[in-house]
Amino acid sequence: MSKSGAAKPPSSDDEGFKRELVTLIPHLRAFARTLTGDPTAADDLAQDAMMKAWDARASYQMGTNMKAWTFMILRNQFYSEKRRSWRQSQLDQEAAERTLVAVDDPEAPVALDELRQALRTLPEEQREALILVGAGGFAYEEAAEICGCAVGTVKSRVSRARKALLATLERGGYERDGKSAGDAMRAILGEADRLSGRQG
Amino acid sequence: MGEGEIRGGDVRLMANENDKRRKPEDLHALEEARLRQQAIGMKLRHLFDEVVNEPVPDAFLDILRRADETRGSDA
Repeated sequence: MSKSGAAKPPSSDDEGFKRELVTLIPHLRAFARTLTGDPTAADDLAQDAMMKAWDARASYQMGTNMKAWTFMILRNQFYSEKRRSWRQSQLDQEAAERTLVAVDDPEAPVALDELRQALRTLPEEQREALILVGAGGFAYEEAAEICGCAVGTVKSRVSRARKALLATLERGGYERDGKSAGDAMRAILGEADRLSGRQG
Repeated sequence: MGEGEIRGGDVRLMANENDKRRKPEDLHALEEARLRQQAIGMKLRHLFDEVVNEPVPDAFLDILRRADETRGSDA
Protein backbone atom coordinates (compact mmCIF):
# COMPACT_ATOMS: atom_id res chain seq x y z
CA MET A 1 0.00 0.00 0.00
CA SER A 2 2.87 2.33 -0.61
CA LYS A 3 1.80 4.07 -3.80
CA SER A 4 -1.38 5.66 -4.95
CA GLY A 5 -1.48 3.14 -7.78
CA ALA A 6 -2.74 0.49 -5.40
CA ALA A 7 -5.33 2.77 -3.87
CA LYS A 8 -6.52 4.13 -7.17
CA PRO A 9 -6.70 1.59 -9.96
CA PRO A 10 -7.06 2.84 -13.52
CA SER A 11 -10.61 3.90 -13.99
CA SER A 12 -12.93 5.68 -16.34
CA ASP A 13 -12.34 8.69 -14.08
CA ASP A 14 -8.73 8.71 -15.22
CA GLU A 15 -9.80 8.71 -18.83
CA GLY A 16 -12.20 11.57 -18.28
CA PHE A 17 -9.56 13.44 -16.35
CA LYS A 18 -7.05 13.01 -19.10
CA ARG A 19 -9.46 14.08 -21.79
CA GLU A 20 -10.18 17.28 -19.91
CA LEU A 21 -6.52 17.86 -19.14
CA VAL A 22 -5.65 17.62 -22.83
CA THR A 23 -8.17 20.32 -23.69
CA LEU A 24 -6.52 22.60 -21.15
CA ILE A 25 -2.97 22.29 -22.52
CA PRO A 26 -3.27 25.27 -24.89
CA HIS A 27 -4.49 27.46 -22.04
CA LEU A 28 -1.75 26.28 -19.71
CA ARG A 29 0.82 27.10 -22.40
CA ALA A 30 -0.59 30.59 -22.84
CA PHE A 31 -0.64 31.30 -19.11
CA ALA A 32 2.89 29.95 -18.74
CA ARG A 33 4.04 32.18 -21.60
CA THR A 34 2.72 35.26 -19.84
CA LEU A 35 4.41 34.25 -16.59
CA THR A 36 7.82 33.38 -17.98
CA GLY A 37 7.86 35.51 -21.10
CA ASP A 38 9.97 32.86 -22.78
CA PRO A 39 8.35 30.24 -25.04
CA THR A 40 10.78 27.42 -24.21
CA ALA A 41 10.73 27.99 -20.47
CA ALA A 42 6.96 28.34 -20.71
CA ASP A 43 6.52 24.94 -22.32
CA ASP A 44 8.78 23.34 -19.72
CA LEU A 45 6.68 24.94 -17.03
CA ALA A 46 3.41 23.90 -18.65
CA GLN A 47 4.65 20.32 -19.01
CA ASP A 48 5.70 20.17 -15.37
CA ALA A 49 2.34 21.55 -14.33
CA MET A 50 0.53 19.04 -16.51
CA MET A 51 2.51 16.19 -14.93
CA LYS A 52 1.81 17.51 -11.45
CA ALA A 53 -1.88 17.75 -12.23
CA TRP A 54 -1.88 14.18 -13.52
CA ASP A 55 -0.07 12.90 -10.42
CA ALA A 56 -2.48 14.77 -8.18
CA ARG A 57 -5.60 13.67 -10.06
CA ALA A 58 -6.81 11.70 -7.04
CA SER A 59 -7.19 14.97 -5.16
CA TYR A 60 -9.16 16.62 -7.94
CA GLN A 61 -12.91 16.48 -7.69
CA MET A 62 -14.52 15.81 -11.02
CA GLY A 63 -17.03 18.41 -11.97
CA THR A 64 -15.24 21.27 -10.23
CA ASN A 65 -13.28 23.87 -12.16
CA MET A 66 -10.36 21.95 -13.58
CA LYS A 67 -9.03 24.93 -15.50
CA ALA A 68 -8.66 26.99 -12.34
CA TRP A 69 -7.18 23.99 -10.54
CA THR A 70 -4.50 23.41 -13.17
CA PHE A 71 -3.73 27.13 -13.42
CA MET A 72 -3.16 27.18 -9.68
CA ILE A 73 -0.77 24.22 -9.96
CA LEU A 74 1.11 25.94 -12.77
CA ARG A 75 1.37 29.20 -10.90
CA ASN A 76 2.63 27.50 -7.72
CA GLN A 77 5.16 25.60 -9.80
CA PHE A 78 6.36 28.83 -11.40
CA TYR A 79 6.89 30.66 -8.13
CA SER A 80 8.54 27.76 -6.32
CA GLU A 81 10.98 27.29 -9.21
CA LYS A 82 11.62 30.98 -9.24
CA ARG A 83 12.45 31.00 -5.56
CA ARG A 84 14.80 28.09 -6.07
CA SER A 85 16.70 29.82 -8.84
CA TRP A 86 16.70 33.24 -7.31
CA ARG A 87 20.06 34.21 -8.75
CA GLN A 88 18.82 33.26 -12.16
CA SER A 89 15.96 35.71 -11.98
CA GLN A 90 17.90 38.70 -13.19
CA LEU A 91 18.89 36.78 -16.31
CA ASP A 92 15.35 35.52 -16.74
CA GLN A 93 14.08 39.05 -16.68
CA GLU A 94 16.47 40.10 -19.40
CA ALA A 95 15.63 37.06 -21.47
CA ALA A 96 11.96 37.75 -21.06
CA GLU A 97 12.37 41.28 -22.26
CA ARG A 98 14.27 40.09 -25.30
CA THR A 99 12.14 37.14 -26.28
CA LEU A 100 8.64 38.02 -25.23
CA VAL A 101 7.97 38.92 -28.81
CA ALA A 102 8.54 35.36 -29.88
CA VAL A 103 6.20 35.34 -32.80
CA ASP A 104 7.69 34.27 -36.09
CA ASP A 105 5.39 36.49 -38.00
CA PRO A 106 6.86 39.53 -39.71
CA GLU A 107 3.31 40.65 -40.36
CA ALA A 108 2.48 40.60 -36.66
CA PRO A 109 0.82 43.91 -35.98
CA VAL A 110 2.91 46.47 -34.19
CA ALA A 111 0.13 47.00 -31.68
CA LEU A 112 0.51 43.52 -30.20
CA ASP A 113 4.20 44.06 -29.81
CA GLU A 114 3.59 47.30 -27.98
CA LEU A 115 1.15 45.62 -25.64
CA ARG A 116 3.60 42.81 -24.88
CA GLN A 117 6.24 45.35 -23.99
CA ALA A 118 3.86 47.37 -21.87
CA LEU A 119 2.77 44.22 -20.02
CA ARG A 120 6.36 43.62 -18.99
CA THR A 121 6.40 46.97 -17.20
CA LEU A 122 3.63 45.85 -14.83
CA PRO A 123 4.43 44.37 -11.43
CA GLU A 124 4.16 40.60 -11.61
CA GLU A 125 1.08 40.28 -9.40
CA GLN A 126 -0.78 42.89 -11.42
CA ARG A 127 0.15 41.26 -14.68
CA GLU A 128 -1.04 37.81 -13.67
CA ALA A 129 -4.30 39.16 -12.25
CA LEU A 130 -5.00 41.09 -15.44
CA ILE A 131 -4.17 38.11 -17.64
CA LEU A 132 -6.37 35.73 -15.64
CA VAL A 133 -9.37 38.05 -15.62
CA GLY A 134 -8.87 39.97 -18.83
CA ALA A 135 -7.67 37.20 -21.11
CA GLY A 136 -8.05 33.85 -19.37
CA GLY A 137 -11.77 34.26 -18.86
CA PHE A 138 -11.72 33.76 -15.09
CA ALA A 139 -14.11 35.42 -12.68
CA TYR A 140 -12.52 37.53 -9.95
CA GLU A 141 -13.36 34.79 -7.44
CA GLU A 142 -11.59 32.15 -9.51
CA ALA A 143 -8.56 34.35 -10.07
CA ALA A 144 -8.40 34.95 -6.32
CA GLU A 145 -8.37 31.22 -5.73
CA ILE A 146 -5.64 30.69 -8.29
CA CYS A 147 -3.46 33.43 -6.81
CA GLY A 148 -4.24 32.51 -3.21
CA CYS A 149 -5.44 35.99 -2.26
CA ALA A 150 -8.64 37.85 -1.47
CA VAL A 151 -11.14 38.73 -4.18
CA GLY A 152 -10.78 42.42 -3.34
CA THR A 153 -7.05 42.15 -3.84
CA VAL A 154 -7.52 40.72 -7.32
CA LYS A 155 -10.02 43.45 -8.17
CA SER A 156 -7.66 46.20 -7.14
CA ARG A 157 -4.72 44.57 -8.92
CA VAL A 158 -6.69 44.29 -12.16
CA SER A 159 -7.87 47.85 -11.86
CA ARG A 160 -4.38 49.18 -11.18
CA ALA A 161 -3.00 47.07 -14.02
CA ARG A 162 -5.54 48.48 -16.47
CA LYS A 163 -4.75 52.04 -15.49
CA ALA A 164 -1.01 51.51 -15.61
CA LEU A 165 -1.20 49.79 -18.97
CA LEU A 166 -3.25 52.59 -20.48
CA ALA A 167 -0.88 55.20 -19.06
CA THR A 168 2.17 53.36 -20.34
CA LEU A 169 0.73 52.92 -23.80
CA GLU A 170 -0.35 56.54 -24.04
CA ARG A 171 2.83 57.95 -22.69
CA GLY A 172 5.13 55.48 -24.40
CA GLY A 173 6.65 55.00 -20.95
CA TYR A 174 9.08 52.34 -22.01
CA GLU A 175 12.02 52.33 -24.33
CA ARG A 176 11.95 50.50 -27.58
CA ASP A 177 15.12 50.34 -29.61
CA GLY A 178 16.20 53.49 -27.89
CA LYS A 179 13.13 55.50 -28.72
CA SER A 180 9.95 55.68 -26.76
CA ALA A 181 6.79 54.36 -28.29
CA GLY A 182 4.43 57.27 -28.20
CA ASP A 183 2.06 56.02 -30.84
CA ALA A 184 1.37 52.72 -29.14
CA MET A 185 -2.14 53.63 -28.12
CA ARG A 186 -3.01 54.90 -31.56
CA ALA A 187 -1.76 51.65 -33.07
CA ILE A 188 -3.84 49.64 -30.64
CA LEU A 189 -6.96 51.66 -31.33
CA GLY A 190 -6.45 51.23 -35.03
CA GLU A 191 -5.96 47.51 -34.64
CA ALA A 192 -9.03 47.18 -32.47
CA ASP A 193 -11.10 48.95 -35.08
CA ARG A 194 -9.86 46.62 -37.73
CA LEU A 195 -10.45 43.49 -35.63
CA SER A 196 -13.96 44.43 -34.64
CA GLY A 197 -14.73 45.17 -38.27
CA ARG A 198 -16.15 48.52 -37.40
CA GLN A 199 -17.40 50.47 -40.33
CA GLY A 200 -16.83 54.18 -40.57
CA MET B 1 -37.39 35.85 -18.87
CA GLY B 2 -39.35 38.74 -20.37
CA GLU B 3 -39.28 40.52 -17.05
CA GLY B 4 -35.49 40.33 -16.94
CA GLU B 5 -35.26 41.86 -20.36
CA ILE B 6 -37.45 44.78 -19.39
CA ARG B 7 -35.36 45.37 -16.30
CA GLY B 8 -32.20 45.30 -18.41
CA GLY B 9 -33.74 47.92 -20.67
CA ASP B 10 -34.57 50.12 -17.69
CA VAL B 11 -30.97 50.05 -16.53
CA ARG B 12 -29.79 51.08 -19.93
CA LEU B 13 -32.29 53.93 -20.02
CA MET B 14 -31.14 55.15 -16.63
CA ALA B 15 -27.54 55.08 -17.76
CA ASN B 16 -28.50 57.21 -20.71
CA GLU B 17 -30.28 59.68 -18.45
CA ASN B 18 -27.16 59.96 -16.33
CA ASP B 19 -25.05 60.52 -19.42
CA LYS B 20 -27.32 63.33 -20.57
CA ARG B 21 -26.76 65.22 -17.33
CA ARG B 22 -22.99 65.31 -17.88
CA LYS B 23 -21.20 68.04 -19.76
CA PRO B 24 -20.52 67.04 -23.35
CA GLU B 25 -16.74 67.22 -22.92
CA ASP B 26 -16.93 64.97 -19.83
CA LEU B 27 -19.02 62.57 -21.78
CA HIS B 28 -16.54 62.59 -24.59
CA ALA B 29 -13.61 61.90 -22.27
CA LEU B 30 -15.54 59.12 -20.60
CA GLU B 31 -16.40 57.52 -23.91
CA GLU B 32 -12.82 57.89 -25.07
CA ALA B 33 -11.45 56.21 -21.94
CA ARG B 34 -13.98 53.42 -22.28
CA LEU B 35 -12.98 52.89 -25.89
CA ARG B 36 -9.32 52.74 -25.00
CA GLN B 37 -9.79 50.20 -22.24
CA GLN B 38 -11.95 48.18 -24.57
CA ALA B 39 -9.27 48.21 -27.22
CA ILE B 40 -6.62 47.14 -24.73
CA GLY B 41 -8.87 44.37 -23.47
CA MET B 42 -9.40 43.12 -26.97
CA LYS B 43 -5.68 43.12 -27.66
CA LEU B 44 -4.97 41.34 -24.43
CA ARG B 45 -7.32 38.52 -25.31
CA HIS B 46 -5.83 38.41 -28.79
CA LEU B 47 -2.34 38.11 -27.31
CA PHE B 48 -3.41 35.22 -25.10
CA ASP B 49 -5.48 33.47 -27.76
CA GLU B 50 -2.59 33.62 -30.15
CA VAL B 51 -0.76 31.14 -27.92
CA VAL B 52 -3.91 29.14 -27.17
CA ASN B 53 -4.39 28.65 -30.90
CA GLU B 54 -0.86 27.41 -31.52
CA PRO B 55 -0.70 23.68 -32.21
CA VAL B 56 0.22 21.75 -29.05
CA PRO B 57 3.77 20.37 -29.28
CA ASP B 58 3.91 16.56 -29.37
CA ALA B 59 5.95 16.53 -26.17
CA PHE B 60 2.84 17.27 -24.14
CA LEU B 61 0.87 14.30 -25.40
CA ASP B 62 3.95 12.07 -25.24
CA ILE B 63 4.26 12.83 -21.54
CA LEU B 64 0.68 11.81 -20.90
CA ARG B 65 1.11 8.67 -22.97
CA ARG B 66 4.19 7.72 -20.97
CA ALA B 67 2.33 8.40 -17.73
CA ASP B 68 -0.17 5.80 -18.88
CA GLU B 69 2.49 3.20 -19.54
CA THR B 70 4.22 3.60 -16.18
CA ARG B 71 0.91 3.15 -14.45
CA GLY B 72 1.13 -0.53 -15.27
CA SER B 73 -0.28 -3.09 -17.62
CA ASP B 74 -3.06 -4.10 -15.30
CA ALA B 75 -5.82 -2.59 -17.37
